[in-house]
Amino acid sequence: MIESNLSEFGVLLIFILGALLFAVVGLLASRFIRPNRPNFEKLTTYESGEDTVGSAWGQFNLRFYIVALIFILFEVEIIYLFPWALVFGDEALVRGTDWQWAWFAMTEMFIFIGVLALGLAYAWRKGYLDWVRPPQKVASFKSKIPAEAYKKYL
Amino acid sequence: MYAFLFFLNFLLVYTVFAVYAERKISAFIQDRYGPMETGYYGLLQTVADLLKLIQKEDIVPLKADRKLFKPAPVIIFTAVFAGFAVLPLTSGFSGSSAQIGIFYLLAIVSLDVVGILMAGWGSNSKYALWGAMRSVAQIISYEIPLGLMVVCVVLIAQTLNLQEITYQQGIWWGHQKAEAANYLFGIKALGIETTHIGGVLTWNIMRSPLLLIGFVIFFIASLAESNRAPFDIPEAESELVAGFHVEYSGFRWSMIMLAEYGMMLLVAFLASILFLGGWNSPFPNIGGVRLAEWTSGIPGTWPGHLWGAFWMISKALFLVAVQMWIRWTYPRLRLDQLMSLSWKYLTPASILLVLLCAVWRLLML
Repeated sequence: MIESNLSEFGVLLIFILGALLFAVVGLLASRFIRPNRPNFEKLTTYESGEDTVGSAWGQFNLRFYIVALIFILFEVEIIYLFPWALVFGDEALVRGTDWQWAWFAMTEMFIFIGVLALGLAYAWRKGYLDWVRPPQKVASFKSKIPAEAYKKYL
Repeated sequence: MYAFLFFLNFLLVYTVFAVYAERKISAFIQDRYGPMETGYYGLLQTVADLLKLIQKEDIVPLKADRKLFKPAPVIIFTAVFAGFAVLPLTSGFSGSSAQIGIFYLLAIVSLDVVGILMAGWGSNSKYALWGAMRSVAQIISYEIPLGLMVVCVVLIAQTLNLQEITYQQGIWWGHQKAEAANYLFGIKALGIETTHIGGVLTWNIMRSPLLLIGFVIFFIASLAESNRAPFDIPEAESELVAGFHVEYSGFRWSMIMLAEYGMMLLVAFLASILFLGGWNSPFPNIGGVRLAEWTSGIPGTWPGHLWGAFWMISKALFLVAVQMWIRWTYPRLRLDQLMSLSWKYLTPASILLVLLCAVWRLLML
């Protein structure tokens, strides 16, 4: 409908730069209308009204790091799957090689995915996918009144 | 260029009404009225909120890392908005028709994780840091099933171009490719050709019924991607107040909000393009009753554009409404439940589905 001289990747660039421009222009425009009266109380870190103790830049759960590692493995797998998925079912290639193309590509990729699935099973078995939960405490209190005594009032 | 202007304005108008709709839907679900004061039936409530927001002071905490804190919302918004560039709105109107479409979209939208981490770390607030950590862990965990579902669709469609994927799912495929032919459930051996019947029968969920399961997995993962309930522990109000954006105010905060609602719209658009036929009409041609042709114009003509935009936007907004409905129906998942759902259920299921889709593709030949 609408012709333009831009290449398709130029349009992608327009979207990225345009979004940046919108954000920056919006920030500039609001700078002219908003007040700017900082004071010490206002600029303290928010912690539901309590005074902040220390900095937030401390330790955090190591599990996040492991999840990130497993994520990278699988994300790389997906990157390799895309080119395969594109040529795998190509009708001309499949018919031209009398279905050899399809069987070969499928077996090869099944082995590739299988190895990664094995990796997931390993991480699962080793417990890397489990999140540590605080143990539930069972009350050790024993009442001297027998349980049957309550039945009368139920 | 025109597509850029359209999507930017559409996103802004949509966000205003989506926030209003969310408040109204939540109110009706909880037997309340919701906003009623500003404008007729509270219609202008979000506009008033917006006017207030741009007049609010921009607070940067003293302890924050200003270099990370200030540009973070810009990065989050840019990453989400850039994803709209490859969406086909109608048969002829889309931003970019680059062949790598969906691959680019997945890549650029992943960048919002960087923005979230910058916001959380830069705030130097415990709420914000924990929120960001949870958010990043959740987004990257659910990106695996999401990406694998996209691979499933690519296997069936054999292209990364979203416009071509949409063409395949309707009666106009013949306009684009001469030897185009769809069969019922994608099985050629059945011999029932559906190319000219169109409608629901040629949507991807029917071209390969496996993708119906794929759609469910994609939808669950997309809820987590956009940090929506029941996967909203990154901003669990009762424990983290607001999560990674707790220290933000004014226009910077509203940009994060815009990105969140933009993400909802983006994944809804994507789900309808990949699985629900995109701009194609849902009604099939039944013999002489040409329902599919009556409800979709010829590509390239004005009726074609108007019908296309109508179906595309209706499908996307319907999915957004379902996202809101789910938010106010289901309780929030705990972090360990969230991780086990992604890694122990969805990921193995989607690996299996990729293998099955590969076999299905051979049936389609």
